[in-house]
This record gives sequence, structure tokens and C-alpha cells, in this order.
Amino acid sequence: MLNLLWIVPALPFLSFLILAVLGKRFTLKAASILGAGSIGISAFITLLIGISFISNPPADHIFVQTLWTWINVAGFNPSISFYLDPLSIVFMFVVTFVGFLIHLYSVEFMYEEEGFTRFFAYMNLFVGSMLTLVLADNLLLLYLGWEGVGLCSYLLIGFWYKDSVNGAAAQKAFIVTRVGDTAMAIGLFLLVANLGTLNIKDILSKAPETWAQGSSLATAVALLLLGGALGKSAQLPLQTWLPDAMAGPSPVSALIHAATMVTAGVYLIARTNALFILAPDVQQLVAVIGAATLLVAGFSALTQHDIKRVLAYSTISQIGYMFLALGVGAFSAAVFHFMIHAFFKALLFLAAGAVIISLHHEHNMFKMGGLKTKMPLIYWTFLIGSASLASLPLITAGFYSKDLILWTAWSGTKGSTWLWAAGLFGAFITAIYTFRMVFITFLGEQRTEISHTSGNLIKVPLVILAVLSLIGGFIELPGTLGHLPLFSGFLENALPSVSLTGKSILQEGIFQIIAGITALAGLYISYLLYVRRNISEERFSKGALHRFFYSGWGFDWLYDRLFVKPAIFLAYINRNDFIDLFYNGIAAVTSFIHKLLSKTQTGRLRWYAMGIAVGAILTITIIVFL
Amino acid sequence: MNISLEINLALAGILFLIGLIGVMVRRNIVFMLMSIEIMLNASGLAFVAAGSKWMQADGQVMFIFILTMAAAEVSVALALILKIFGRTKTLDADLLDKMKG
Amino acid sequence: MQVAFYISAVIAVLSSVMVITRLNAVHALLYLIVSLFSVAVIFFILGSPFAAALEVIIYAGAIMVLFVFAVMLLNLGQEAKAEEKKLLSGKLWIGPGILSLILLVQLLIILFSENTNEISVHAISPKEVGITLFRKYLLGVELSGMLLMSGIVGAFYFGEKKKKSKHRFLQGENN
Repeated sequence: MLNLLWIVPALPFLSFLILAVLGKRFTLKAASILGAGSIGISAFITLLIGISFISNPPADHIFVQTLWTWINVAGFNPSISFYLDPLSIVFMFVVTFVGFLIHLYSVEFMYEEEGFTRFFAYMNLFVGSMLTLVLADNLLLLYLGWEGVGLCSYLLIGFWYKDSVNGAAAQKAFIVTRVGDTAMAIGLFLLVANLGTLNIKDILSKAPETWAQGSSLATAVALLLLGGALGKSAQLPLQTWLPDAMAGPSPVSALIHAATMVTAGVYLIARTNALFILAPDVQQLVAVIGAATLLVAGFSALTQHDIKRVLAYSTISQIGYMFLALGVGAFSAAVFHFMIHAFFKALLFLAAGAVIISLHHEHNMFKMGGLKTKMPLIYWTFLIGSASLASLPLITAGFYSKDLILWTAWSGTKGSTWLWAAGLFGAFITAIYTFRMVFITFLGEQRTEISHTSGNLIKVPLVILAVLSLIGGFIELPGTLGHLPLFSGFLENALPSVSLTGKSILQEGIFQIIAGITALAGLYISYLLYVRRNISEERFSKGALHRFFYSGWGFDWLYDRLFVKPAIFLAYINRNDFIDLFYNGIAAVTSFIHKLLSKTQTGRLRWYAMGIAVGAILTITIIVFL
Repeated sequence: MNISLEINLALAGILFLIGLIGVMVRRNIVFMLMSIEIMLNASGLAFVAAGSKWMQADGQVMFIFILTMAAAEVSVALALILKIFGRTKTLDADLLDKMKG
Repeated sequence: MQVAFYISAVIAVLSSVMVITRLNAVHALLYLIVSLFSVAVIFFILGSPFAAALEVIIYAGAIMVLFVFAVMLLNLGQEAKAEEKKLLSGKLWIGPGILSLILLVQLLIILFSENTNEISVHAISPKEVGITLFRKYLLGVELSGMLLMSGIVGAFYFGEKKKKSKHRFLQGENN
């Protein structure tokens, strides 16, 4: 059964090729069956593989399937091989399963759009690349998948390419992530140069032997890999692209910018955990960046009007939580939160997309309202997703995953009170803006007419994801509530466990209660602000602080001044391209010499005779007298 | 006293150079042709002198070949000159510079 | 022997100089013939009677005559003479003169930097020439034959008069 592993990424790639080459000849129905079906079959095979893996785990809980050798030079031989262990199973499951649901949704969402087959081709290419990324045996293949998802992100953000704004957003995403990708490539170079291999297993075993704890080389490599992760996962300082990436269709936002691509950074750090453990300063930095990002994004989300931008900043914030967990060494907690986040964030994006097209492409929340009774299913699923995001206690999956992170931030050996406090305050803000979003969009009086009702293909994925957002957390019950660590037990064989500083169950319970109260408090404040209108937002909205948060803490402005304007200036002063001058110069010199020489062709016989005489003189001089 | 080879060769050289000057200076095609004949004759003199030095007939044989070649060349060249004169009513070589550039 | 040689040499040089400085083509040709004769005398002094005979018969006798006929066919009149005078100026001689002088100096240096080679007076009969020609240089003879043939064909082709399209009575208007 495990030998079917290669089919899982191969099928989306095959479907991409077929759709890309023959897409024009497909009917919409055929394209949707192929596009969604390939991911469906991959999801099914993943299920089979997962069941087989859990019931009958291979040796060391690792299964490697090598397809062929890619490069074989001087002892460096990465191959196209897939590495199956609990971590990659979790990611593979999320990618294929959530991906399949999103593909079903997109069939209806994109049905009347032009470029339907192109959309599915790109989506399949994306899923194939993402699967390559998570199943890669060596960092080079991972980097291949990394670049592939970056490409697909560009293609899909700019899907409606006729509007140049979308193209600009796609370019921004690509360029900002490129900065991270370059750092990661340099990190890979360092790894090859020093360890001689990019095979992940070899790296994880060789690195602690070759490099001392905290050595400069280990720190450098970890830092560079972190750079790559920051770019892809949209954390500080490379987070500016994600809010603008909402220019793409909602399924794209759901799949790429909520559930899968942006979590590639989390995957990378979790995979190369040994390198980060070897460089504790960098790991600390990961936690700090995570904490800072979740606060920055949280405050920005408080002020947005566009419903998708709220969700984008929310994604940045939640990934900040995952980075926080990685930073304190709670790798499996981070992966757990990733899985739950994929469920509810995809749900939120899909529901938001349904709302948007029902209101004829209206994105502004303040123009929505009163949809609770008009689209009940979407309302309830959106509410469940938001509750999970806000981590309302006990009933939502989000509570369990976020609480686990907060607890390990406090009690982990690498944790600190500040990190915990940041996470807690972030949870408070999350609850506020989440329910702000819910209340403004669905309650109150209706401001825009409904033009389109959603069919089953939209509703069914929403329901499934809503159910998962509720019950998904029950596979990892903390000690206070029954102690059922199924998930971390499963991942134990792949990731190092977090070391806690022996705090008691009672403390854990207290912290859980604090977290629960915080979430409920946020809900209440949001209720006061937006339903009861006891305090009105208009008072704040003109202030400088509000505008500061609205613009994402001014990062766009900063980068514009710091990088974009100087680059444009340099390009401007180089507009005649002085490097071209060099090549043009060679051509100009050649043509000048040509003109000179052609003057000697006077066409006059006497001139030629004189030339002969001069030549004879020179030849005789050189041969005889020199 | 005997004549030395060098004097003969020097004489041939002088005659050759006179012919060369003639080619470089005169603009009339007929005169240029005549100057070329002087040059050919001078090289023939050089050959015969060398053959005489080595007391072999090879020099004269070479001279015969030069003569043959000069004959063929002159006949064709004069025919061409007549043709050119018929077409462009001038014998100025400088005006026949269509191969310029 | 020596005297004859030097006199002939001087005459050859002088007449060559006259050839290139004349304005009238026929005058120049006649000077050229004189030069060829003096070179024939030099050949004779060097002991190559056959070469001398050939020089006179073929070069001076056939080639130069051909030249004279062609020049007469050109029918250059007085205006051509005036044209020539205009074209030939004193300043023209400087450049070529310098070049030739340099070449001459180089030539003389090369020639007289080694030991003098004496030429003993020993006549080479036509019979020897003939034997050498047709044994050792037979191939060259054949090739010159081909060369002469191509010369004939070329001269014939270029000498051909093209048939005029208009009748000769109507040539007058625009010739």
C-alpha cells in the first residue's frame, strides 16, 4: 500500500499536463472532473496510505520511495524520492483533503469564468508541487516544490490578469518571497559545502556531529533557512505580500494563502528541526518573530474593511502562533495548530467567497449585513469557523490547538512569560476582530442585495470543514481534560518533543481557564462594539493610530521608501543601460574600423599599385632587416 | 674581368622599380600597361642572369615562360582597353573606380 | 665585355625612364623598344643568345607591335595629349619616387651584403635550352600552351563587335 506513494503527487502533475495541453478542447464538466477528480483520488490514496501507516508502521516509522536519481556529481546525489513519516503524512493529508474540498468548491465558484481549465491546471500544478514539497526526501527536491508553489501562487493571484492590479499583486508576492527563497538557496549552498549532502535524514544526523551547539555555521544556515520560511509564510519582515494576494479568487486564497503554501515555512522548520536546535539563538528568534508578527497582524486586522484582508491578516497572525510554537520547541503543537488552522481558515475563506459572489463581488464588509437569515448555512458555517479561529473554549478545535501553544510558550524550557503574554493578548485581539467580522457581515441591516445563491458544491465543503473545525481538536486532549495525546503521540516518531519545565496539571488548568476567558472577553467586547453599538468605531477610524494599523503598520510605505524607490531610481539612471554600452561599443568600434578600411578601397588602380609597393617595403624590412 | 651577378640583379631591380614608378604615377591605362611590360622584362633579366651564373639553361627557360605569359596578358589587356575606351570615352584609370568602397 | 655591358645598362635605364615620362603613347612605345633591345644585348653578354633572340623577336617584335597597333586603333588625338599634360604634374612623382627609392636601397643592401658572385662567360646554346625545356619543364610548356589558348579566346571574345540593334542608317540621332 505504501508503494502507491508516488501516485499522490504524480496524479495532480499528470492532470496539470493534460489540462494545460489539451485544456481548450475540454468541456467545462470534463475539466472539472479531471481537475477535482485527480485531487480526489490523491486524497483517497492518502487515506489508504495513512491507514496502512498507522496500523502497520514500517521500521523507524519511515518509508522512503526512490523514483530515480536526479543528480550524481562528486558524491552529491539527490534523488527524486519521497519520504513518508508522520509529519509528512499529516501535511499530505491536509493538502490533499482540504485541497479536494476546495477544488469541489471551485467547480461551482469559477463555473462561468473564462479560463476555467486554466484555473484547474494551475491548481493541480500547485497541489502537485506542494505534495512534492512535503514528501521530499532531500532539500533540493523540497526547494523544487518550494519554487513550484511560488510560481503557482504568482499565476493564481494574477489569474484575472486583464486587470493590472492583480498582476501587480502577483508580482509583489513573487518578489517578496523571492527574497526569502534566495536566502534559503544560500543556506542550501552552505549545507552542501559543509555537510556534502542535502538528504534530510543525513543532515539531521550529521549536523549535530559536525557542528557544535551554537556554532556560527549552524547559526548561519539556520538563519538563512529561516529567511526562506519567513518569505513563504509571510512573517515579519516579509509579510507585506499576503494582504495584497487577496486579489486572487477566493478558492486560491483558501488553498494557497491559508491552508498550504504559507505553511510551507512551518514545514521547513519542523523538518530541519535539528538545525534549529543546534542554533538556539535562531530558534529564539523564530519565537520572537512569531510573537511579534501575531501582534502586528492582529492589530492590522482590527481595522480592515475588506473581508478577505481581515482573513489575510488573520492568517499571518495564526502562522505567527505556529512560529511561536516552533521557537519554543513545541514542534508537534505547531503542526497540530497548522492542521486545525487549515480547516477553519479554508472554511472562512470559502464562506467569505460565497458571500462575495452572492453579493456580486462586493468585498467591503461595511456594505454587507443582514445575511444571517438570507444565507443561513453560510452564516452558521462561517460562525463555526470564526469561533474556532477565536478559540472559544472547549467546543472548537481552535481552542485545543491554540491553548497547547500558549501552554508550551509559558512552560517550555525555551519559553518565557513574555511570549505567553504576547500570545494571550493576540488571542484577545483575534477574538475581537473575528467577531467584528462576523457581526458586521452577517448581522444588522442588509445593505446589498443578493444576486446569486450557492449550490451544493459550495455548501458541502463548507459543512465538512465546519464539522472538522469543531471535532478536529479532540484528537489531542490536554492533561486537564482527559489526556489523549493521539496527535503528538503520532508525531513523536518524527519530531522531537517539547521539554517542559515540569509545571503541574493544576497550572495547566488555570492557564486554560485564562485563555478561555480571554477569548470570551474578546467576543463580548466585539459584541458591545458592533451589535450594541455602545462604543462606535467611527470615533477611532479617523485617528492616526487607526490609519497606521490599517496600512499594516506602515511596512508597505517603509519598503517603498527603502527599496522600491531607490531601485526605480537606479533603473532610471541606467535607462541607457551602460552595460549595453559596452557591447554596443564593441559593435561601434568594429563598424568604425570597417569604415576606415573601406576608405582604402578607392577602386583606383594606381592606389593599389602603391599599396603593393608599400607592402613590399614592409615585408622586406621585416623579413630581412629585423 | 667578369661581370658579377649582383650588378645584374641590381640592374634588374632598378628597371623593375622604374616600371613600378610608372604604374603608380601614370593615369593613362596604356602607359600603365607599358610600365608593367618594363617590370616583366626586368624580372626576365633577373632570371637569365641567375641562370647564366649557374651555367644552366633553366634561367632561359623561365624567361621563355615569362615571355609567353606577357604575350597572353598583353593581348587580352589591349582587347579590354579597347572595349573600355569604346564604352567610356576616356583612358583615365582613376575614373574607372566603380569597385570603390 | 664590361664596357658593352655598362653602356647597355645605362641605355636600358634611360630609355625606361623616358618611357614613363612621355606624353605621346607611340613615343613611349618606341622608347620601350629601345629598352628591350639594350636588355637583349645584356642577355647576349651574359651568354644567353637564345634569350636575346627571343627578346628581340617576340617581345620587341610581336608584343610591342601589338601595342603599337592597339594604340593606333585608339585614335588618340591632340586633345588626349593635352589631357595627359594636365594629368602629369611634378608633385605626382614624389610619393612613388620615395617608395621606390626605399625599395632600391633595401634591394642594394641585400645584394651587396654578401660575397660577390662572379659570372663566367659561358654561352648556353639554344640546343641546351630546348632540351631543358622539353625534358625538365615539359609540364610548364603544356601549361603555357593552355595559357596562350585562353589568351586567344579572351582576346577574340573581347574583340567581338556586338550587332547593333538599330540599322546603321538610323544610328545618327542618338548614338
